[in-house]
Amino acid sequence: MEISKGTVVRTLAVILVVAAFTAGAFAQAPPVKIGLLATLEGPFAAGGQDGMRGAELAVRQRNGVVAGRKIEIVKASSDAKPDVAVNATRKLVEQDKVDIMVGPLSGSEGIAVKEYSKTQPNTTFINGSSGAQATTLSSPSPNFFRFNTDGGQWMVGVGKAALDKGYKRVMVIAEDYAFPYSQVQGFMTEYCKLGGKVPVKAWVPLGGKDYASVIARIPKDVDALAVVLGGADAVNFLNQYEQAGGDKPLIGGSITVSQDILNYKGKRRDSLVGTIAGSPIADAYEAPEFKAFVADYKKNFPDGYPSPSLFALVYYINMKATLDGLDLVKGDLSDGQKKYRDALSKMTLKTPVGDVKLDANRQAIGTTFITEVVKDAQGNLHNRVLKKIDNVNQTLGMSPAEFKIGSRDEPNCP
Amino acid sequence: MSAANWRGAMNVEPRAHGAPAPAVPARAVGAPPTARPRFKNPVRVRHLLVLAFLLAYPWFSTPFFTYQIGAQALALGLIALSLTFLGGFGGMISLAQMTVAGIAGYMVAIFGTAATDGVSLGWPWWLAVLIGIVLATGAAAFIGWLSVRTEGIYTIMITLAIGVAFYYLVLQNYAIFNGFQGEQKVFPPTLAGIYWRDPTPFYYLTLFWALAGYLFVVYLLRSPFGIALQGIRDNPRRMHALGFNVTAHRVTAYAIAGAIAAVGGVLFTWYNGLVTPGSVGTSWLINILIIAVLGGMRHPVGAFLGAIVFVLLQNFAIDVFDRERFNLVIGVVFLVIVLFSRDGLLGWWSALSVRLSTQRGETRWRSARGRLYAR
Amino acid sequence: MTRFWQWFWALVIGVPIVALSAWGVQDNARLFIVTFLNGLTLASLYFIVASGFTLVFGLMRNVNLAHGSLYLLGGYLGFFAAQFTGSWLLALAAGFAAAAVVGLAMQVSIFRFMPGQDLRQTLVTIALSIVIADCLMWAIGAQVHQMSPPPWLDGPIRNLPVIRAYSTYRLSLLPIGIVIGVALWLFLNRTRVGMMIRAGVDDRAMLAAAGVNVNLVFATTFAIGAGLAGLGGVIGAVELSMVPGEDTRLLLASLVVVIVGGMGSVIGAAIGAAIFGLVETYGLAYVPTYSVVFTFVILVLVLAFRPRGILGRPA
Repeated sequence: MEISKGTVVRTLAVILVVAAFTAGAFAQAPPVKIGLLATLEGPFAAGGQDGMRGAELAVRQRNGVVAGRKIEIVKASSDAKPDVAVNATRKLVEQDKVDIMVGPLSGSEGIAVKEYSKTQPNTTFINGSSGAQATTLSSPSPNFFRFNTDGGQWMVGVGKAALDKGYKRVMVIAEDYAFPYSQVQGFMTEYCKLGGKVPVKAWVPLGGKDYASVIARIPKDVDALAVVLGGADAVNFLNQYEQAGGDKPLIGGSITVSQDILNYKGKRRDSLVGTIAGSPIADAYEAPEFKAFVADYKKNFPDGYPSPSLFALVYYINMKATLDGLDLVKGDLSDGQKKYRDALSKMTLKTPVGDVKLDANRQAIGTTFITEVVKDAQGNLHNRVLKKIDNVNQTLGMSPAEFKIGSRDEPNCP
Repeated sequence: MSAANWRGAMNVEPRAHGAPAPAVPARAVGAPPTARPRFKNPVRVRHLLVLAFLLAYPWFSTPFFTYQIGAQALALGLIALSLTFLGGFGGMISLAQMTVAGIAGYMVAIFGTAATDGVSLGWPWWLAVLIGIVLATGAAAFIGWLSVRTEGIYTIMITLAIGVAFYYLVLQNYAIFNGFQGEQKVFPPTLAGIYWRDPTPFYYLTLFWALAGYLFVVYLLRSPFGIALQGIRDNPRRMHALGFNVTAHRVTAYAIAGAIAAVGGVLFTWYNGLVTPGSVGTSWLINILIIAVLGGMRHPVGAFLGAIVFVLLQNFAIDVFDRERFNLVIGVVFLVIVLFSRDGLLGWWSALSVRLSTQRGETRWRSARGRLYAR
Repeated sequence: MTRFWQWFWALVIGVPIVALSAWGVQDNARLFIVTFLNGLTLASLYFIVASGFTLVFGLMRNVNLAHGSLYLLGGYLGFFAAQFTGSWLLALAAGFAAAAVVGLAMQVSIFRFMPGQDLRQTLVTIALSIVIADCLMWAIGAQVHQMSPPPWLDGPIRNLPVIRAYSTYRLSLLPIGIVIGVALWLFLNRTRVGMMIRAGVDDRAMLAAAGVNVNLVFATTFAIGAGLAGLGGVIGAVELSMVPGEDTRLLLASLVVVIVGGMGSVIGAAIGAAIFGLVETYGLAYVPTYSVVFTFVILVLVLAFRPRGILGRPA
């Protein structure tokens, strides 16, 4: 084969160009890879999409760069099942080789991913929005961090607010799994202590959809309903209750009156107005940091909700913690990310809803809002702040020995 | 087609995923039961090649590929193998195979050790595994006894109903099954100084049982029981007239398939490290059917072929098209395979070999293959 | 079955039901009656969706596991039609038409080419349901869609004896279901096409030999069956709301209904729907923890004793 001079020149030119590009890329520090896991299918798909928006917002606010390193997000999805979540996480960590892992969305996924994190001591795991108590309470993992408060913490203060409204007897209607247990516990612990009574608890299977039977069981003599249902379940219950002529006031769980429920597609339910709830987010919170966060969310995601949902906020907080931590150590993830983890454990995270610190189990101590649903001038429903409670810890103010993880029968005050 | 041709074909065929191929195109449906099983072959060069590949696999792949792709596919393949045996050779499509596998997993967690206080009995692992497999086999026999009177689509439905009933039972029961949360931290033991959940040991563990299950099924199908079972699939009335106890054969087939699924279930539970209602939910019940059908149900190897494709799709569909549209990729691939093949991947394989038998020579073989793919 | 066994089973099943009902009325009459209405109305919705399923199966032996996806599709399109036109009746028509067109396309482009291959057709429908569900999520998103009932059915009926108040829309499901059932019966028994369909259920080959265009009959049946799923979707979008995952739930419900009743029989679907609806609602009202388990145990028992369902006939 004959090689002409032209070919040689051209080849050299190509090599030079390629080399120049490669050198350019390497002049900067290598990108930091962050895995992002949320549910994009299954019962929490709408929440998962908004969670992704929240996490992305935290990245966009830094223009995709942290401590001089480019941020590379690798997304993955699960369907709220723990085995699927672990498989997706394992792929991100072992195959896609992410440095830091953010996720998952729901409670039992969180427990499973925490267990998996123990087998990967050189990767740091930061929670998405999962809120099961056991994740950080029983056998915590040294490299799993949760910068959001859990389901029980979110409902602290609601018991007192309910009594203040004059609800002396309440029926609980909640889905039958760990997250609602913790929410009901957060509500009832205080409510029972102050003398409230819960004569009936209706635990309904997740995704039951037809609540006619439950509505038929509501006794005449309760003052209000404490409803802890998520997603379509909540919409169905509220609609069917209104259609059936129900008129008792409601106490909502954190995900029952979240933005994704208040903004479902269809006619607004005015019966929701006046519902009190506990939540880590309150749409109408007046603090400038929160207003800036909402404005940023709206600007970045015109197709999102009128106001970020709980999932968006919580994913945002955890992603922000991830990036702030990287900033503190100047992007240094060497030595099995030891420095990074120390920084995470010690830092005080500035979030749109106040400061967050971690406890010894790397679980957040943070702010809870007591909110009330109101209708604004455009007819949109959102949550007004009744009260802000700071520094809520995971054992709800009890000593760890006294505290029991919530279940169907814990706590109880008929 | 002569054996020599086959060998020739085999040697030029680049092997996808390293799984063994069926020896001969599957027989037509409704062929008389007396026809001898066509995959009755001695060990061939390609069998050894595949075996060598499987044994060497962990040495040239990453831990992720060894564990999440290799071991998971083998464990799932074993569960799907029980369905291939039951459906392809017994004519009974049971959607409850994942339920049986799940029962085994739950029993291992309940009798052995798991994270939940007050549920696990903490018996030695070998005893727990043994009890799990025995109970799951018993459950499978019971499922078989309930459903033998049904036929075709009704068998699918009654087994689906049993599966869904079990799903709701474990979902709602906290005293034994720990409800929605399920049983966490169900791990294989450390034995002979090896932690059997590390990727390479676990891979070999699943490989051993997958091979054992495969060889057992191949052997069984050539045994008098297997021949009788295939006879019953093709014409139960005639077999009954010949003096065979049709019901007993069918229930036995369910029990045997149950034992295979149970072993797969224990491995799959160890693989996940947990067993939850989600692991026995509707989607998994149907996934096992999808795996078996993707691979093809006329030869036991189809189950493993299907499992490899399924696991690859589950893991990498998300990288293919759009990070939110992975289900579309999975659905379309599945659709294409069932639309364009009568018997999954094995169906394409046999279509290939039919072409081969009519056109000799390597160059024609390549063009035949080209045409097949272009179709 | 001899007369003795008929009496035996009537007693074994009937006595406990009567006894439990008596206890239920005496214990809390309101709960018992409301639950009864809830059961029948839910059954009505199940019947509307399942009748299409059973119709298609009866003629074509095609177990259309994409039936739930057609339900979801009809529901979504009905929602948008209602939003656009403001008319609930137009939404019903849109939901029916959309699902019918998709069903027709499935029959003409796919199932026509694989006659007699039951299992393969079933698997194709599983694959289609995955694809349709993901496309719907792509186009519409995962947001909950809740349709409003038409104004004349909005809100509760108040001042009823014993039960005080009941949802008007929910109550109206009962007559809607009955109307659709009667219309379907008339169509099958009093029209030419209906007669062809029934003839096809009994003997396909004979029908073809008699000079009838079987493919046309098949396509019509498939369109109607799919359309009924879409119609059910619009009706269900008011009571149960639309969200990804509803397709599987309604598919499972249809399967149970149709199998308990006997596949291919419209009357069987009505019976199956009544049993399933009542068991589900009574279960949730009285034994919520294990209610769904009971539902499926009943299905297992029915099939174990009557392998083709209550009104099923050999294929």
